[in-house]
Amino acid sequence: MEALLEVSNISVSFGGIKPVDQFELHLQAGELVGLIGPNGAGKTTIFNLLTGVYTPSEGYIKLDGKTISNLKSYQIVQQGIARTFQNIRLFKSMSVIENVKVAFNNRLSYTLPDRLFNTPKYKAQEEWLHNEAMELLKIFDLQDDANEISMNLPYGKQRKLEIARALAVNPKLLLLDEPAAGMNPQETVELMNTIKLIRDKFNITILLIEHDMQLVMSICERLVVIEYGKIIAKGTPDEIKHNERVIAAYLGE
Amino acid sequence: MEKKKFNPTITFIVAVLGSYIAFIVCMQQGIINNYISGIIVSILINVIMAVSLALVTGYLGELALGHAGFMAIGAYGAAITTMHLELPIYIEFPIGLMFGGMLAAIVGVIIGIPALRLRGDYLGIITLGFGEIIRIILNNMKITNGARGLSGIPSYSTFTITFFITAITIAILYKIINSRTGRAIVAIRDNEIATDCVGISTFYYKTLAFAIAAFFAGIAGGLYAHYHTVLVPSSFDFMQSIEILIIVVLGGMGNLFGTIIAAIVLCTMNEVLRSFSEYRMIAYSLVLIIMMICKAKNITFTSLKAKLTNKKGA
Amino acid sequence: MDYGTLFIQQIINGLHLGSIYALIALGYTMVYGIVRLINFAHGEIIMVGAYTSYIMMNVFGVNIVVALIAAVIVCSIFGVTIEKIAYKPLRNAPKMWALITAIGVSFFLQSTVMVIFGVNAIPYPTLFSDLIQVGSLQISQIMIVSLALALALMLSLELFIKKTRLGKAMRASSEDAEAAALMGISVDKTISTAFMIGSALAAIGGVLFAVAYPQIKPLMGVMPGLKAFIAAVLGGIGVIPGAMLGGFILGLIESLTKGFVSAFWPNATLWADAILFSVLIIVLLLKPSGILGKNVREKV
Repeated sequence: MEALLEVSNISVSFGGIKPVDQFELHLQAGELVGLIGPNGAGKTTIFNLLTGVYTPSEGYIKLDGKTISNLKSYQIVQQGIARTFQNIRLFKSMSVIENVKVAFNNRLSYTLPDRLFNTPKYKAQEEWLHNEAMELLKIFDLQDDANEISMNLPYGKQRKLEIARALAVNPKLLLLDEPAAGMNPQETVELMNTIKLIRDKFNITILLIEHDMQLVMSICERLVVIEYGKIIAKGTPDEIKHNERVIAAYLGE
Repeated sequence: MEKKKFNPTITFIVAVLGSYIAFIVCMQQGIINNYISGIIVSILINVIMAVSLALVTGYLGELALGHAGFMAIGAYGAAITTMHLELPIYIEFPIGLMFGGMLAAIVGVIIGIPALRLRGDYLGIITLGFGEIIRIILNNMKITNGARGLSGIPSYSTFTITFFITAITIAILYKIINSRTGRAIVAIRDNEIATDCVGISTFYYKTLAFAIAAFFAGIAGGLYAHYHTVLVPSSFDFMQSIEILIIVVLGGMGNLFGTIIAAIVLCTMNEVLRSFSEYRMIAYSLVLIIMMICKAKNITFTSLKAKLTNKKGA
Repeated sequence: MDYGTLFIQQIINGLHLGSIYALIALGYTMVYGIVRLINFAHGEIIMVGAYTSYIMMNVFGVNIVVALIAAVIVCSIFGVTIEKIAYKPLRNAPKMWALITAIGVSFFLQSTVMVIFGVNAIPYPTLFSDLIQVGSLQISQIMIVSLALALALMLSLELFIKKTRLGKAMRASSEDAEAAALMGISVDKTISTAFMIGSALAAIGGVLFAVAYPQIKPLMGVMPGLKAFIAAVLGGIGVIPGAMLGGFILGLIESLTKGFVSAFWPNATLWADAILFSVLIIVLLLKPSGILGKNVREKV
């Protein structure tokens, strides 16, 4: 079976430093994989490479057999990769539901003239959009906050809203950058369940970066461990738990 | 949804027609004389300039210091068209205005494509540069009659025409802002990287916003040309761009209604202060500084009042 | 005059003009480096400096050196006071608000001077006007004085920034104002210093400008201010050597288009400013942070 995502030996360097060096990854459709590693290992940089924020200096990335590593960010998203950010990046002056609606942009087809003359096409699409956006918010239990300005939300809800927004682009692959950061244990458990739920409900593949080992070990089927931009181990959570390189990397040699 | 008590479209139409009738009655009763109705036309033109710049500066969040350049292109484009066409007003004036607006929009795209790669103050400087270059080009072209300018432009910008074009401009911009296009534009202002990462071409929407703003500035220019009937390039210098920017910032970034109010208040204030001749600019500049400080310190009439009553209570 | 001599003559004129632009550009760049504000009122400080020196010479009858010192003192006070009254309350407000305030201050200074001294240009005393003949080149004393003074001031500024505590604090604040504040650097003090030095240099620039074109008027600061600002952006705003480089580049372009290119193309003078802006646009498009500016990447 061909992989959904095929990352082949990508590297990137900034002024002599190589935050990511010969990284490779294959994800099958429907997998839930964790990307872990100590601070500064290059995890977020890998996400930035996958989403076109940076362009790899070597190697290539293919999604569904199509090379995407030469595309711009927004084009990659249109091909089917969505992400969240470690440092939350909401549209902070917009309401919660508007945040989600923005991300539906490419799934709407009405034009400016449609809007100017309030054509049936415009009305139907905006109505569909409103319902879809509300449905997404319900999954994350944000429906009651729909009209709240997003920057006024508590931290945990902001993280959830980012995931809802990412799902709104209808991705094949969802990249979650520390989705549980700043959440309390109860919120984290809820989030774990939600992540599993959306994977099944939307039939998507998920790659996540997370520091909360409990979360990673309990929901990921596979883990990739990196250190200094290089892969040091791959395997099931059980294998990783007992891998000496990994233990050394985390505890410090 | 149930909260909406009134339909915005109907409210808008009623407000526009109501104020139009009120103006006309005042004019016929002599309450508004020719001088004042002339000032009103100028204010309406400034309203179009301000709401169009609001799309770029208020909603897209980009500093643009060359808006007068687009106004100039529209003014000259429209004036040259109506001066050369020998057609009735109701044919040649719309053609002239549209031509001026389209020309400004095209130049807007040509400038926007390279310039919009820059952000913040740098975009401000580069638009300032383009605005000045436009003015210098107009100053040196044969068809614009150079620095001496154009005269004998037909006087087409009546109160009625300007009033309804302003109303239509506001309605169109309101609809654009409240559409998927407007959402994308505000998203770019809030967080450009996140906008990219939900699959929106920020470049496309920035250029679009820039072009739409340039188009309406061009329309405003066309109205200006057919109101004043003479045009000189020096009317469209950097200070003109600054005056419009001041309106947009005072009106509240990303607030169409506030921008309209600010345009009316500021232009009226300018006219009232005219009687103080040389002290006018001192007063105007002081008001500007004080307003910005109050805005930053969040001092409003209500907060001042609250402070005063608090003191009384204590 | 043959073309070779004309060219060299215009290079000399360009260096003279450039040294004035550079002095003014330094103020823009220092202020921008720390508070990220395009201080539109900086051009008016030039004008205040020129008027102060004029009053000192004509009313109090002092010589140019004393007048220059007075202008420096007055402008420094103006610069610091303006910052305290008009900009400080807006330090945490959106940048565009502060920009509007700066424009307000600029209007205020222009219109106040207009009310006091009238709109028309006033002739400025002719000074250092003796010409020195070097072959077929004509160099006036003021060119030598301007260039020498500007270079000396730039060198001292560079030393001040690199060697003194306050200078280092300013550099730290311009790298990262928040971190500098956490390290115990007084942000207020560094900002005041930047405004003070910037205004002092603008005062000198203003006096040199008035001597070079012996007249003063309320709007005299607008164009040199705008051009010096372009110079600062061209060189890389926030970077001190960049402002100097930008100033000289601008002075040379202006002199060469107006004085040399116009020998072949009579309309060059009319297009001089357009050429200047085109250079700025091309440089910014090729290197968005200016010639000596650093590219800063937003962290994702």
